[in-house]
Amino acid sequence: MANKQISQMGLPKSIANVFAARNVFTAKDALSLTEFELMELLDVGLAQVTSAVAHISEIVCPPYQTALSLMELRVQNEHLAGHLPTHMKGLDEALCGGIPFGVLTELVGPAGIGKTQFCLKLSLLASLPASYGGLDGHVIYIDVESKFSSRRLIEIGVKSFPEIFHRKGMAQEMAGRIHVLRPASLSEFTESLQQIKVSLLQNQVKLLVIDSMAALVTGIGGCSTLFREFEHAAPRQNTLGWHVSFIKSLAEFSRIPVVVTNQVRSQSRDEICHYYFQVQSWNETIEDRTRHDSHLVAALGINWAHAVTIRLVLEAKSDQRFIKVAKSPISPPLAFPFNITSSGILLLSDDGIELTGPDINAIHCQGLSLRFCWVNLQKNIEWMPKTTIGHYLKCGALNADGIHHLVFLLVAFQWNNFIRTDKLKLFNFTDHAM
Amino acid sequence: MEVGRLPISASQRGKLIAAGYTTLSSFSSLSPSHLARAVWDWILTIDNLVKRGFTLVNRCCTCRYCEESVDHLLLHYLKISDNEAAEIMRVASHSHRLDGSAGGCGTVNGAQTAWDMLHEEEMFPRITTSCEDLNNILGGGINCKEVTEIGGVPGIGKTQLGIQLAINVQIPVDYGGLGGKAIYIDTEGSFMVERALQIAEACIEDMSECGGLLRKDFQACQLKMHPNNILENIFYFRVCSYTEQIALINCLDKFISEHKDVKIVIVDSVTFHFRQDFDDMALRTRLLSGMALKLMKLAKDFSLAVVLLNQVTTKYIDGSFQLTLALGDSWSHSCTNRVILYWNGNERYAYIDKSPSLRSASAPYSVTSKGIRNSASNCKRIKMM
Repeated sequence: MANKQISQMGLPKSIANVFAARNVFTAKDALSLTEFELMELLDVGLAQVTSAVAHISEIVCPPYQTALSLMELRVQNEHLAGHLPTHMKGLDEALCGGIPFGVLTELVGPAGIGKTQFCLKLSLLASLPASYGGLDGHVIYIDVESKFSSRRLIEIGVKSFPEIFHRKGMAQEMAGRIHVLRPASLSEFTESLQQIKVSLLQNQVKLLVIDSMAALVTGIGGCSTLFREFEHAAPRQNTLGWHVSFIKSLAEFSRIPVVVTNQVRSQSRDEICHYYFQVQSWNETIEDRTRHDSHLVAALGINWAHAVTIRLVLEAKSDQRFIKVAKSPISPPLAFPFNITSSGILLLSDDGIELTGPDINAIHCQGLSLRFCWVNLQKNIEWMPKTTIGHYLKCGALNADGIHHLVFLLVAFQWNNFIRTDKLKLFNFTDHAM
Repeated sequence: MEVGRLPISASQRGKLIAAGYTTLSSFSSLSPSHLARAVWDWILTIDNLVKRGFTLVNRCCTCRYCEESVDHLLLHYLKISDNEAAEIMRVASHSHRLDGSAGGCGTVNGAQTAWDMLHEEEMFPRITTSCEDLNNILGGGINCKEVTEIGGVPGIGKTQLGIQLAINVQIPVDYGGLGGKAIYIDTEGSFMVERALQIAEACIEDMSECGGLLRKDFQACQLKMHPNNILENIFYFRVCSYTEQIALINCLDKFISEHKDVKIVIVDSVTFHFRQDFDDMALRTRLLSGMALKLMKLAKDFSLAVVLLNQVTTKYIDGSFQLTLALGDSWSHSCTNRVILYWNGNERYAYIDKSPSLRSASAPYSVTSKGIRNSASNCKRIKMM
């Protein structure tokens, strides 16, 4: 709309020619100047400029709808009035049906908490036929960190929907609807976004998953490290500006759900911000400091936090994982405990715990034991549910190869505490690290 | 007033200046035809030559062919026709009047006395926010004829407040509201219809309760409002770029003249498109101030309330980072009132940051399944659905 050509707007010939002569070709150029500036530039009277601008504005102006017609349209045309059910009853109820269409939903949490599992489950659900509650469509999965595991996807499918997946050829068809892209850099990602726009217009794609957004910005994409935590990583917020608007507009006009994962970083003390009128007493600052010391913060900054519509925070507190609806225009601030099972994510309770206050936005990582996506033990790709490394070492369940692999992974992961590469001596675990 | 400041085209201005008219007063007393002729006084005309003592045949000194006459000179040389001159005079006298230096007799054109303004203000009730504490610090609610800016961190409830206001403006006059319609301009896509429906239903429930208490003689509470009627009166615009935002605000006066009962315009949020992808900050400031002026004019002309929702950013002041509303310092002057929503402990608070008539105060509020309500720290909140 903004790039509509002035020559095609039906303005009177004389003024249209003047616009063209002064290099004002699109509506964007014309409306970026004030009326006085246009008068100077075009050398015409104020009345003419005003009427030309009014004409251009009318053409570029978006059409209106009443909220009622909006609702009726959605109820009529869209699956469940525009929601993708996640098959987690408590979460679906909280979100009025499921992940909403047309807006950005963000999953944020520390490494290993289950974001990619959630994304895999959603991709599967979107590709299922409508009779089983799916969207019967294709899924585009942008996998920046190479975490997508098709084997795991099939496993989730087989365990959750055995009646579909045991039929011949169904697994192939379902998995065949999920298209995985692996951009190695931000520019490749930008290109693929343009292509995605085209394929969305053909109306086959029903879900877009980007895993993860933060990795794109900080420029580390494509290497297969499994865990990542950034200390004081300064995200360059401007680089994402265009992408955010573009993805949001993609979601809007094609009315599909877009799920994006985000990482966490630790928050330094001087980042705790307040308004100038919030006077902090000394006692409060001490309390805040200890409160914030254990907190992680979502990466990508406050600009990004404003841009997403729904934010689901996954965290671990006292050895239990929670999924919290941190920012949502349609839900109360609820937290649901969950576990990762072979069939994906399972909520332990459908009645969420309601959290008041800004605590809903906090991300805890206490008592989280490491979860390995796969560790090549005896040359098998195996699922390792949550168990501590220490436990494994103690019961000698790892052979030499396994320990090497583990240690390599741990060193790649930036813990605050040290790990010696000496094969058998792992020390300095804090109670919440291991 | 300088001729350089007049809103006329560059070539007209150039002609005036070349003829030696640099200030308004130098030609404000002339009639248009006089101006047209006087502008090219510097051309050697017969009269001038005669004045200087040359006697010549009546021939135009420039082309030496035609007879010199006023029309000939007007048409061929300075091309400042009577029409143009009339236009310049009209603009000049209009600007002159606005200057206020028109001889200073009696009341200034276009002004309104403070007493009249006070009466006018009392005619328009304020739009309630459904939270008593918030209403109290706002002096009763959101004021019509003013631009109010509301900003806060993500998740504090800006969109919720916006939707609540869009619904509260529709409360019928009998129940103390304005009985008007709302325009909701969504730049981020955060308007969710399901939530609007929920809040509308809760509002109708509250009204029937209220009606039942106050009007026991009223038959069956006369409340025929259905949530769908409320949704029907919210005009929703989805804006996808800053160009569309500017175009829409340009078109709003036409839209509002067609839909006369619009009483509130909510922009959610005014910042989004101006924060992404904008390199030229000076351009951004110019566009924003132009937009703010148009919105203020809209508010004044149609007596409606304009509510702008804003985001926050961090600013480095005095050695530490502070939270502040986005769009910069010059934007902070554009709005009449400014309300900041923030977290205080576990409660949401609103703080009046800037207002010409209200004092700085904060009040707690909460976001419940029914919308914005009083902060209920001791009573149990009802779980949604």
